[in-house]
Amino acid sequence: MHQTFDAALGINLLHANQEGADHNRAHFDAWGITCLNIMSSPGAGKTVLLEKTLSALNQKLKIAVIEGDMTTELDADRLRQYNVPVIAINTGRSCHLDSKMVAGGLHQLEHQYNPSDFDLVLVENVGNLVCPAEFEVGEHAKVALLSITEGEDKPLKYPVMFQEADCLLITKMDLAPYLEIDIDRIISNVRQMNPNATIIPVSAKTGEGLAIWFDWLQSQVPSAQTTSKTQNLTPV
Amino acid sequence: MHETDMTKALILTVRDWWEAQPERPQISHVHLTVGQFTCVEPVSLQFAFEVQTRNTFLEAAKLVIQETPLIAFCHHCQQEYRPEIGVQYACSECRSPLEDIRSGRELKIDRIEYCSDSAESYASNL
Ligand SMILES: Nc1nc2c(ncn2[C@@H]2O[C@H](COP(=O)(O)OP(=O)(O)OP(=O)(O)O)[C@@H](O)[C@H]2O)c(=O)[nH]1
Ligand SMILES: [Mg+2]
Ligand SMILES: [Zn+2]
Ligand SMILES: [Zn+2]
Ligand SMILES: [Zn+2]
Repeated sequence: MHQTFDAALGINLLHANQEGADHNRAHFDAWGITCLNIMSSPGAGKTVLLEKTLSALNQKLKIAVIEGDMTTELDADRLRQYNVPVIAINTGRSCHLDSKMVAGGLHQLEHQYNPSDFDLVLVENVGNLVCPAEFEVGEHAKVALLSITEGEDKPLKYPVMFQEADCLLITKMDLAPYLEIDIDRIISNVRQMNPNATIIPVSAKTGEGLAIWFDWLQSQVPSAQTTSKTQNLTPV
Repeated sequence: MHETDMTKALILTVRDWWEAQPERPQISHVHLTVGQFTCVEPVSLQFAFEVQTRNTFLEAAKLVIQETPLIAFCHHCQQEYRPEIGVQYACSECRSPLEDIRSGRELKIDRIEYCSDSAESYASNL
């Protein structure tokens, strides 16, 4: 007797990652933390943006950073100058952060600090426009960066990232005079698949747009509206 | 690439199912649905599956990937349309943005095909 059978499964391939993301989000919610997942292609300006953000908002919000630098601690070291906890996740050869890696970072935060002291966790994802959009890590909102040196067509070529973004920063605006780039085309290309995202042109160099970014950021943090967690951090 | 991780997740899920079957059947095909509006490259997935299932209970199994096209629904026009990936996502009739995706985001293990002959020799490989 040789008979074939079928078993229906209907299980999502990303099921395990999704469960991990929900676990992380439950931690964040219990601690009263807002988590943002910051994504872009390599070199679009994530770390520089974080530096500007930490230096501007450090006094107003208690911030921690989870740094998904591929193999080095370079980015993490740059951010540690701002006296915030920076948890570097060595992602090895992985092309994205997944929820399990971020869970490891969270448990580290939990051991070294009192996590309820924090308002905001910023996650710098691995520089990659493709799959980080697909792997939720437990964030409350997704922030995508696109630098104007990358070209107007990138949203069309990597649509999932731009479709999923809650906020899009068009970065390196100071370079616009040297390039042939049509910012309105970038925006209309993004609007084709994402009519609702907040789009902010910025330059970390001149400071253009950064105030709008800081406002948006703070609008995402409920604990900033009420009583921000003001005490100084005390390592335990 | 992440297809390696996805394949790991795939194998774990199939193994869970397989171990829950009292007769440990021999799996001949694993059927996936992969949408065209995802970050998964079927060719890479196929390759990772072949590599990772060597000398396991899935060694004889074939991975069958069904790709689903990107299909969106335009609420203004009240009809489905097919965005052209990489070129044009807004509704071709009225230019409304892509909002309601009806197909193309799937990443799903659909079903497993197996034979009734039990496969003792494979079970011992685990
Ligand atoms: N002119 C200009 N250069 C910028 C700006 N923001 C970042 N850069 C430069 O772009 C390069 C990359 O910036 P990073 O912040 O390291 O980029 P990243 O996205 O963190 O890169 P990875 O983490 O490697 O993916 C650096 O040389 C920055 O100085 C900007 O607003 N204007
Ligand atoms: Mg960086
Ligand atoms: Zn936990
Ligand atoms: Zn990846
Ligand atoms: Zn329409």
